[in-house]
Amino acid sequence: MARALITMPATAKKGEVIEIRTLIAHPMETGYRRGDEGSVLPRNLIRRFSCVYDGETVFSAELFAAVAANPLISFSTVAAASGTLTFSWDGDNGFAQTERVAITVT
Amino acid sequence: MAAGTIDRNGASGRSATRRTVLQGALGLGVSLVIRPAVGASAPSLDSAIRVFASEAPVKVGRVVLDVAPLVENGNAVPVTVSVESPMTATDHVRRIAIFNELNPQRDVAVFTLGPRAGRARVATRIRLATSQRLVAVAQMSDGTYWQHAVDVIVTLAACIES
Repeated sequence: MARALITMPATAKKGEVIEIRTLIAHPMETGYRRGDEGSVLPRNLIRRFSCVYDGETVFSAELFAAVAANPLISFSTVAAASGTLTFSWDGDNGFAQTERVAITVT
Repeated sequence: MAAGTIDRNGASGRSATRRTVLQGALGLGVSLVIRPAVGASAPSLDSAIRVFASEAPVKVGRVVLDVAPLVENGNAVPVTVSVESPMTATDHVRRIAIFNELNPQRDVAVFTLGPRAGRARVATRIRLATSQRLVAVAQMSDGTYWQHAVDVIVTLAACIES
């Protein structure tokens, strides 16, 4: 399991736009670089990210080699109802990680 | 090698052989010149944007790509894209894409938003192989495309050192 950091408010007013910042530890190896022995380092990227809130995908992203290592993704969503936000990252070599964060909407 | 084969099949005399050899050499030279040119022009920035916009016209405006004009370290360049949009169910931003001009691949990232995003603003950190142009393109729910291009100078490039 890679280390993931998710910054978002724990509580929000209904209808308020909240900002979410996600960061995950991942090398994002491009597949274009050469290692010390001169051989090309195999590609190892996170290809997709998504945020599901109340069973609906509110935000998703497709990432390519030009995204920096330890990808940071910052976006926002409307606080609709108390519940859980599910964040998932999927990538090469079967990389898959899911994190859940609860939010209380008043 | 080519000369040997031509000698054996040589049509008539020495001059014919020399002509064939020269033509062969010319052909080889042309192929050597053409190959790298094809490689460099294969996916241009414009064609990548055209594919994203499915050939629809891309207008300038409504999108703001915020990135430092002078970047010291190309390994992690913070970029923010914000789009002017009310983000309602009928009028919102559907997708935001970032493209680069001179990295090995044109695509940087494609973000899919919706009315529940609330605000059309995304931020990430990207790699830049060299000084180049960056373009952010937004697709609206009405099917129009808008873009903003920024030229960035990079002093320490990414992707070269391991």
